[in-house]
Amino acid sequence: MSETLIVDYGAGNTRSVRAAFARLGETTMLSAEPDAITSAEFVVLPGVGSARAAMEHLTETGAADALRERFRAGRPILGICLGLQLALEHSEEDGGVATLGLLEGSVHRLTEGRVPRLGWALVSPWGDSFYFAHSYAARSSATVATADGVTAAIAAGSFLGVQFHPEKSGAAGERWLASCRSRA
Amino acid sequence: MPFPRLIPCLDVTAGRVVKGISFQQLRDVGDPVELAAAYSEGGADELVFLDITATLENARTMVEVVARVADVVSIPFTVGGGIRSADDAARLIEAGADRVSINSAAIARPSLITEIANLFGSQAVVVAIDAGGGRVHSHGGTTAVGRDVVEWAREAALCGAGEILLTSIEQDGQRSGYDLALTAAVRDAVPVPVIASGGAGNAQHVVDALRVTDAALVASIVHDDPSQLPALRDAVQAAGIVLRPLPEVVT
Repeated sequence: MSETLIVDYGAGNTRSVRAAFARLGETTMLSAEPDAITSAEFVVLPGVGSARAAMEHLTETGAADALRERFRAGRPILGICLGLQLALEHSEEDGGVATLGLLEGSVHRLTEGRVPRLGWALVSPWGDSFYFAHSYAARSSATVATADGVTAAIAAGSFLGVQFHPEKSGAAGERWLASCRSRA
Repeated sequence: MPFPRLIPCLDVTAGRVVKGISFQQLRDVGDPVELAAAYSEGGADELVFLDITATLENARTMVEVVARVADVVSIPFTVGGGIRSADDAARLIEAGADRVSINSAAIARPSLITEIANLFGSQAVVVAIDAGGGRVHSHGGTTAVGRDVVEWAREAALCGAGEILLTSIEQDGQRSGYDLALTAAVRDAVPVPVIASGGAGNAQHVVDALRVTDAALVASIVHDDPSQLPALRDAVQAAGIVLRPLPEVVT
């Protein structure tokens, strides 16, 4: 049976991510256990809370090193929202935080438009609209999709990260998650 | 910029969506999960659930409603009504709410905004402001607080509010249009998105609001009937407001 592990790093709305996978017929488990993270078939780093609190939690539990090891081993990881941002090297959030460093790049506060950036935006070149809710955004050479000039997705090796919330993006999000899961 | 948003609002009490002119004349309009799913199908960009009685017993029921909605509905939703502490907010967010909306409790203690924002991020905190005569009102619009609406909106954003939900008490239920001047004044005063609420009677009113701000709350204009939403979307788009394209239905 295929199983998806959702990385648990404290408080937040992980129920929506689990529900989205359940609608695809996938079972999920919530865990910060390093061995489980390295060995799970598919791992999701969801988007909850702030960069500093998340990194502290991931480091304390050993999940941070397990994610690095998993990435080196070429096993798939999907990062959502903050989960994308944590994969880069550094975030401006909370006065500056060193993040996982799986991929080249850094995270900066949004400076254009209303912040937080809330709502649906067209992701190019993919052509569907997805739901965004964020105040910080990635700048990375691994960017593979953008929305209104803001990084919408990054990919390198076995990591794929999206700034939007596929679990909150209706039918388009559901289709995207299904295809992401089937490619992994 | 993200697309402008149409946000249906569902009033909930004791686990049911209700409609009423006053609390004495509430009419049951259906199950929150079924209605939420139908609004989502109809092209809603987000949803707001408002616990209109907000007793302790209803708060527990609301957490159950939120969990059932999160299991079924895959668009974002905000939950408001009776949230007095960061723990109240955490219970709703952990049950699956994307954001919480706070009103009277934030007026009484603005640091509550900061507490929730620190835990879940600014995007998870909506501050709802009920405006009457340009002044803030608490407790469901019944109590005049004596604060200027624009000044309170500015403070709320500084405390960490990620969005302002601005309801005009005078316009609410009048179906004569949103309070555009006040909406514009608040929009100009804060860096965060502002949702216009109260007074929509036809599609043109929604168009007028979306020319001023980022999002419009819709309630009576769709007659609490999700099947009315696609026609409203079409009318708004025909007037030149570009809403998010809906994915084609794959059968």
